Amino acid sequence: MTLPPAFWTYLKVVLLVALVPAIVGFVVVLAERRLMGFMQARLGPNRVGPQGTLQGLADLLKLVTKEDITPSRAEKAVHSLAPVLAVIPALTALSVIPFGPPVRVGRTVVPLWVADVNIGLLFLLAITSIGVYGIILGGWSSNNKYSLLGGLRSAAQLVSYEVPMGLALVSVLLMTRSLSLVQSVRRQEAMHLWFVFPGLLAFFIYFVAGVAETNRNPFDLPEAESELVSGFNTEYSGVKFAFFFLGEYTAMIIISCVAVTVFFGGWLPPFPNVKALEFLWQVPPALWFLAKVAAFLFAYIWFRSTFPRYRFDQLMALGWKWLIPLALTNILLVAFAILLTPGWTTGLVWLGWTLGVLFVLAYLAAKLRQKLARRERLAAEPHPVEG
Amino acid sequence: MEAALRAAAGTMSDDKISQAEKDEAAYFAERAKAAAARAAEASAVTGTPPTLFDVQEMELNFGPQHPSTHGVLRIVLKVDGEKILEAKPDVGYLHRGTEKLFETETYPMGVPHTDRMDYVAAATNNHAYCLTIEKLLAVEVPRRAQLIRVILDELQRLSSHLVWLGTSGIDLGAVTPFWYAFREREQILDFFEEYCGARLTLNCMRIGGLPFDLTPGWTERVAEFVDDLPARIDEYEQLLTDNRIWKKRTVGIGVISGEECIEWGLTGPVIRASGVEWDLRRAQPYECYEELDFVVPTRQNGDTYDRYIVRVQEMRQSVRIVRQCLERLEPGEIRGKVPRVIKPVAEEVYASVESPKGELGFYCVSNGSNKPYRMHVRPPSFINLQALPRLAKGHLVSDLVALIGTIDIVLGEVDR
Repeated sequence: MTLPPAFWTYLKVVLLVALVPAIVGFVVVLAERRLMGFMQARLGPNRVGPQGTLQGLADLLKLVTKEDITPSRAEKAVHSLAPVLAVIPALTALSVIPFGPPVRVGRTVVPLWVADVNIGLLFLLAITSIGVYGIILGGWSSNNKYSLLGGLRSAAQLVSYEVPMGLALVSVLLMTRSLSLVQSVRRQEAMHLWFVFPGLLAFFIYFVAGVAETNRNPFDLPEAESELVSGFNTEYSGVKFAFFFLGEYTAMIIISCVAVTVFFGGWLPPFPNVKALEFLWQVPPALWFLAKVAAFLFAYIWFRSTFPRYRFDQLMALGWKWLIPLALTNILLVAFAILLTPGWTTGLVWLGWTLGVLFVLAYLAAKLRQKLARRERLAAEPHPVEG
Repeated sequence: MEAALRAAAGTMSDDKISQAEKDEAAYFAERAKAAAARAAEASAVTGTPPTLFDVQEMELNFGPQHPSTHGVLRIVLKVDGEKILEAKPDVGYLHRGTEKLFETETYPMGVPHTDRMDYVAAATNNHAYCLTIEKLLAVEVPRRAQLIRVILDELQRLSSHLVWLGTSGIDLGAVTPFWYAFREREQILDFFEEYCGARLTLNCMRIGGLPFDLTPGWTERVAEFVDDLPARIDEYEQLLTDNRIWKKRTVGIGVISGEECIEWGLTGPVIRASGVEWDLRRAQPYECYEELDFVVPTRQNGDTYDRYIVRVQEMRQSVRIVRQCLERLEPGEIRGKVPRVIKPVAEEVYASVESPKGELGFYCVSNGSNKPYRMHVRPPSFINLQALPRLAKGHLVSDLVALIGTIDIVLGEVDR
């Protein structure tokens, strides 16, 4: 007897909804706290369970049993609705992410995604931008000036960073010729090319915008602990706070998942078509996917412990004056690379090489500039003290 | 039963709570009415009906319970969006009447009270107080005590600047330097603990000298630490000094010229970052600073970035001073000839030291008894704080946080 396909879909939905919060609570948060501890010359939580592995459970219990306080003059209905609005779109967006190629279970072939929508990317952009409402409404309904400022900041920030993010993905569309995320992975396999190489600029823009979209350091202005106390979620506690928290971390995971899918070959191992490296296929493709996502989450954490925070107007300037023009230029670049050369792939490969070389040169130039600036500064110091 | 329980627990009964809610509702209704009246008045003046796009000032209470006011500072802000139109610091939440306390206790009993003023730099507070009374009594402090005092002062300056570095980094969203800075501060506090048993409220100086001699091995450990420190300072600088975002957040923020600094009476790193080379250790040397070789770092722009650079360079100079003092240490007396009962002649004296925040002075009026008639403190934090409204005007709320950090205030000293 074979199980009806609907069974598998429901199972996957249930797994996603049940697993993602668990992964967020137990793995991502713990990893973040331990890694930041490591980077900051301290230990991080290591008391609850072996090596602090049960910290997530303890935090969850704390949040669930905590008194749920609604400020007396808050808009009560909206105040309760906002955290839900923050978390549901984030979880929904996960449904179009392909975690791996279809696997065979008994006689049925089960794809490792809930839905392969042919407008996948568009759906993702649309649904994730609904999450903004959660933050804006949460900030507004709390009837707290700091929350309001946080909400306003996030409204402006998220709306402006949607634009470069969408534009960056447009240039990927030119390479994929499909909005489907599954198609984008298959195309990368067929073209023997991860799109991050011709799409280096697009990837850079996408990731910067993604960090801004998820309100993470150095763009964590809506929360900005040292300025706005806790920003939009100042007045939230208990389960409602947990929802905001879950929403933010799930958004992080989605941004990483999409980056991996459209730029880093999704579930494909590195160099999937090289004969000598065929043994890499021995690792289940889903694990490759997860490993790549983990690398992105690590970058998020790394950013958080390295960078100071941008100021609001600087953030807007960065978005509108740099990222959007850059994204538009990038679309032109990719389009010309495709149109001016025979076939779809040749131009893209050339573009990849050019961008790669330019990137390395720019990196070296930046390093050199930094070194010179430092030398100049030290020379200007009145009486340099040796180390 | 329930009422009895509530009464026992000291909580309000239901009808009292509902009364409180009614009162609150009435209060807010009144405020809304007043706001509507104001809007109507304004539109009557301009002759146009009120619209959604009228510029409205928002009053924002920044503190006293706010994570980055560095204590219980309250700033009443008038903001247009996030732009600051007016910032009014409201101080006094930590006022403990320290100046009055001095009058009620004998001269030696005053030292511990100074610990509680600038509580991240207790040694320099002790020092300024002792220096004032010594001036009143005309007592000579033995050389060994002078050197140890300078070592303690400079270690204290290092620890105070480390606290400043960490917290003002956090103010701008850079969390990691905080942990590095506090790692080193912890070591300095260990040295203090070994010397006088206390880590924060040190009470480590006495009128005429010091309470204790150094413990064996202390100087070697301190020497090792200060040899290590410049490399650690490089580490903090690596995270911040050339960082793009750090520069964007600090360069050109809160610019103040040297002349203005003098007019406001600002001292310490704030005035030195504006190009005025004013350091009491150099300008009016006390203890053995005269013979020590160190540079007073200055910068020209007078913005937040320059104040940051000046403080970091000061830390390096403190390392040099500690090294030199350690080299010069020789066995000897640690307390001068101070009478058992201190009864100075009726006189008025003022003495000051360069504390990490600026000029910390004590003005003492003696009437010939064993207690001061009047003791006045010149607290650098309080006087530097005056400049905040001037610095903050026209900047954004995010910059206000940077500015509170950059003038480096400690509310214990502001309010006393």
